[in-house]
Amino acid sequence: MVSAMRETVGRVAFDLRRNSVRELNQFLHGDLREVREVVVENPDGAHSLAVGLNAPVHVEICGHAGYYAAGMNKEATVQVRGNAGPGVAENMMSGHVEVSGFASGGAGASAHGGLLVIRADAGLRCGISLKGADIVVGGDVGSFSAFMAQAGRMVICGDAGDGLGDSLYEAVIYVRGKIRSLGADARIEPMKDQDHEAVRELLAAAGIAHPSDEFKRVASARALYHWNADANQTY
Amino acid sequence: MVPMLIGMTERGPDSSGMAVFTEPVAPQSRKLSLYCGQSGFDWRQVQEALFGLLGSAEFEVSENHCIATVAVDPARVREWLAKEYPAVRVLSVGRSIDLYKDVGLPSEVADRYGFSRFSGTHLVGHTRMATESAVTLENAHPYTAGEDWCLVHNGSLANPGSLRRKLEKLGERFESDCDTEAACRYLHWRLTSGDSLEVALEHAFRDFDGFFTFLMGTRDKLALVRDPFACKPAIVAETDEYVAIASEFRSLAALPGIKHAAVFEPKPAEVYAWSVQ
Repeated sequence: MVSAMRETVGRVAFDLRRNSVRELNQFLHGDLREVREVVVENPDGAHSLAVGLNAPVHVEICGHAGYYAAGMNKEATVQVRGNAGPGVAENMMSGHVEVSGFASGGAGASAHGGLLVIRADAGLRCGISLKGADIVVGGDVGSFSAFMAQAGRMVICGDAGDGLGDSLYEAVIYVRGKIRSLGADARIEPMKDQDHEAVRELLAAAGIAHPSDEFKRVASARALYHWNADANQTY
Repeated sequence: MVPMLIGMTERGPDSSGMAVFTEPVAPQSRKLSLYCGQSGFDWRQVQEALFGLLGSAEFEVSENHCIATVAVDPARVREWLAKEYPAVRVLSVGRSIDLYKDVGLPSEVADRYGFSRFSGTHLVGHTRMATESAVTLENAHPYTAGEDWCLVHNGSLANPGSLRRKLEKLGERFESDCDTEAACRYLHWRLTSGDSLEVALEHAFRDFDGFFTFLMGTRDKLALVRDPFACKPAIVAETDEYVAIASEFRSLAALPGIKHAAVFEPKPAEVYAWSVQ
């Protein structure tokens, strides 16, 4: 048994100035039937916090997380009370990951399911190769976000950088602010009832209030779905 | 600063360096940071010979390093050293900059030269994980060019050779085969040709083929820039007392007052600069 403190029934605290990340993650990969909540104190930007979870546990990271926090998450709720480094919730399968500050590049990369909420800005390549998860960003997203995103939804409450939705497949992006530029094959489409409903649903899940009619829908024009020999590599 | 450097050991275990900007010496004086790889090198002999030549020369020796303060054109000292003591390398020249760098774990280098006792207004440190050039003193960062100018680099340039050929024709002399030296000398060349830092970096965005986060130091400024694709990380913490810049937050975590600092990630292709007050 690791030297973490079991403060109350169902609540376990790890102080990363005393416990190692490996101790934390091994505990999180163990039998969590008696555990409701795990608190991580002094994360101090450590990498790979709470990765590979596979149980409906609640993890609270009290401070800034480093690279790949909550990667591959399944079922768990991971709350980062601070900023997150590159690759937060990458390849998430299900569950809920929330960052109260900003997230660096590649947030939610290739995530298959679940919800990622970033309250402040997200860096470049947010939702790259998204495969079915939902992402809500309270602020702006950097360039090349949703590149080759295949399925899932992104709600961006601020602005988007260059090349948004480049080579999109079936993922849909909703943007409230300005889009510096759209990527190849991404286009703005009219908001239909189901789009308003999707934005309302995702904002409610994230606890963010904006009218859905302030959002634009960005989706694939599907021109890249079929090889066009006459396009001469210009799309 | 030492915990910041050691905190990045995982990212750069092979060499380490630090440029410290102190109060400038008198306008006619120059400090030269010198290095000699020979163990037990007799710096006193160099000082006496230089004193005999110039009538004055102060030496502050620390292991393989020495800071020589002279009151003549530093080019004259550089030429004299190259002739009389070819094993001695000039790491930096200026009125403010002291530069230390060496091969080894950051903690070992910091201990060897007593990094923790340094004081100054601002500094630029680096831990290196070599990718395209060898682990040698010459290839360690910070790089310098001209006077009171240094640069550290995280990233890789694909066209250092063509930059180098262009700059050598313009009179810049190279001392290593590291891509970072090309970036350092290119930016220094633009700055001494009259460009502002912003204009020099605009040119660099066009002329550098590769990815980079650069942190640069001058006598009274620190400047930071990331390539347009932000391939390499950077994070900034600002408080009323200081600004601290690192590749990752975990390197800043031990700083005093960090919990209340304004922490942000610099945007790609934007120039961030801080002046000494």
